[in-house]
Amino acid sequence: MKLTRIGQAAAVLSIAALGLTACGGSNNPGTSNSSGAAGSSDAAGASESGAAQVTGTLTGSGASSQQSAMAAWAEGADGIKSVQPDLKVQYSPDGSGAGVKKLIAGQVQFAGSDAALDADEQKQVQTFCGPEGAMNIPVYIAPIAISFKLDGVDSLNLDASTVAKIFTKKITKWNDPAIAALNDGVSLPDKAITVIHRSDESGTTENFAEYLHTAAPEDWTYEPAKAWPSDIQAESAAKTSGVVGLASTTDGAITYADLAAATELSHVSIKVGDEFVAPTEEAASKIVEASKRVESTNANDMAVAIDYANAPAGSYPVTMVSYQIFCQTYKDQNTVDMVKAWGTFVSSQAGQKAAQDEVGSAPLAASISDEAAKAIATITVAK
Amino acid sequence: MTTVTAPSPLTAGEKGRAGDKFFSGLTFAAGGLILVVLLFVTVFLVVNAYPALIAGADELPSQTSFFEYVWPLVLGTLLAAGLALLMATPVAIGVALFISHVAPRKLAKPVGYVIDLLAAIPSVVYGAWGMLFLAPLLVPIYDWLHRYLGWIPLFNDPSATGRTILTAAIVLAVMILPIITALSREIFVQTPKLHEEAALALGATRWEMIKMSVLPFARPGVVSAIMLGLGRALGETMAVALVLSSGALTWGLLAEGNNTIPAEIAANFPEASGLRYNELIAAGLALFLITLVVNLAARWIVNRHKEFSGAN
Repeated sequence: MKLTRIGQAAAVLSIAALGLTACGGSNNPGTSNSSGAAGSSDAAGASESGAAQVTGTLTGSGASSQQSAMAAWAEGADGIKSVQPDLKVQYSPDGSGAGVKKLIAGQVQFAGSDAALDADEQKQVQTFCGPEGAMNIPVYIAPIAISFKLDGVDSLNLDASTVAKIFTKKITKWNDPAIAALNDGVSLPDKAITVIHRSDESGTTENFAEYLHTAAPEDWTYEPAKAWPSDIQAESAAKTSGVVGLASTTDGAITYADLAAATELSHVSIKVGDEFVAPTEEAASKIVEASKRVESTNANDMAVAIDYANAPAGSYPVTMVSYQIFCQTYKDQNTVDMVKAWGTFVSSQAGQKAAQDEVGSAPLAASISDEAAKAIATITVAK
Repeated sequence: MTTVTAPSPLTAGEKGRAGDKFFSGLTFAAGGLILVVLLFVTVFLVVNAYPALIAGADELPSQTSFFEYVWPLVLGTLLAAGLALLMATPVAIGVALFISHVAPRKLAKPVGYVIDLLAAIPSVVYGAWGMLFLAPLLVPIYDWLHRYLGWIPLFNDPSATGRTILTAAIVLAVMILPIITALSREIFVQTPKLHEEAALALGATRWEMIKMSVLPFARPGVVSAIMLGLGRALGETMAVALVLSSGALTWGLLAEGNNTIPAEIAANFPEASGLRYNELIAAGLALFLITLVVNLAARWIVNRHKEFSGAN
């Protein structure tokens, strides 16, 4: 009895401590941070020879999906501070749309967005970024897990069409023949499926719908959008934490969420070619590497279009790519230097690893990192 | 003025008049400030809502005209608030009467304090309580309702999690209960003792006394109290957003679906941009108009029964 009490108190305290460190992060680098910087003086020295040190503050705004990764990049011991100790980066998670709007208005130096700039936005951003506009650099790849909670079942194999039928409520029972046919030897209960979706508009919903719409167009007839199709009546909750929380307390629930956040749930393996692929970081970066580029007015734009229908073997197709959007030109040299240092670090293998360790995102493939570094190197001062 | 021999201390002297002027100026400024704030809010809403109101269906993010977008939300808001009022009003008036006229003084005070305490609980706490405690608790009750009353369309397809419009309405009812109770109690206590004693002297029982003297006297005040409660129910955001599995409009009270304007705005505002932003503000304008109409209706009801008002 006493032990459980102590346990509870410890749990509460540790949560409080987490909250405190999370809040303290922005205005106080923290002791672990400074000791990390001191300890890695060799690394700092090495980087000094490679790139000049920059001083100043960068401001960004945009997608909340990047928020935790941002914290790792801007504040973490392995973040930007390990190579550029005097570069401060502030990021406000206002949402993709708001971030792009602020970049267009010139209120921030870069934006984070779950969707690349469209042609219209690319044109608007030219007022602030110069005639060549801005570049979308993929920095954050998050596998979207199709997660479920079903007593006695830990893993499931499904194909796109079955997933679409479940989420459109054409399949309503867990022991439906269509599910059973894909899962030999799994004993499925005669239980109703509770579909849970995001109640707020979200890039996760859009990417998930995009996948179903492309891979199973006959079963998912709705246009992909940030909002859940209103024709499908199902349970919903706000934000990733909301759907994961609701699903983990509801037996028979299925939902879709950022893999890193859905740790309490079991995940569906998706049929790619002839095999079933579980959502993993490696499988997600594989599909991004294999994806084609979107045409853009900016020569260095790296916006990708994931080819869901022809996913290469071993890749996990339900994957969200989030970008940081940088201008091609900035007004002064210091901003250019800061943006270059920041962008190169974030898309580098070291930066990607820092985010992976901290939030479980999928790292960019080395070839994409190299390409991003080349693209960012072209950023110059406006003439 | 100067020839008056025994001036009242309130009106006499330059000093007193200056104080009067200062005071009237202060109250005038306070009253004006409210109007100015209201004007600014209205202008803000109209200016920001205007692009969405005139935009064609193909321009708006939902691919439907604004009115098609907003009317399910308006109905959902009215449904949730109406149900909440239906549940809260009888209980609130009962509790208020209990405190003011029935309970022994020893009991009335603590009960009154507890009711006031309910009003001080933040709405997010109500939301969390509704989401984590009340909703799962209601699932078997909803299943029962569906089994025996399922032939009524209101009770079809019960939700597996209990996150429905009825649950949201129950949470709202609990939230507005203290508002209606506290105000009604204050008004019931104001009933002239002579009215009550006259009724009792004529041989009325306690209930008849309440029916004949307390309720008619308090009616306009109670209507005002109900309208204040309705205002809170209409505008409540956090509790609804947490408790309800929002979706398209449906008459099934036990099914997931429906949404209210404040919850819709709160869920989507942080990531909204372009016309979507205007659309959400326009939804806010619709809510503003609903609240205005409700308040005007309340004022009209109160004025109709002016002769009983405590003011005269």
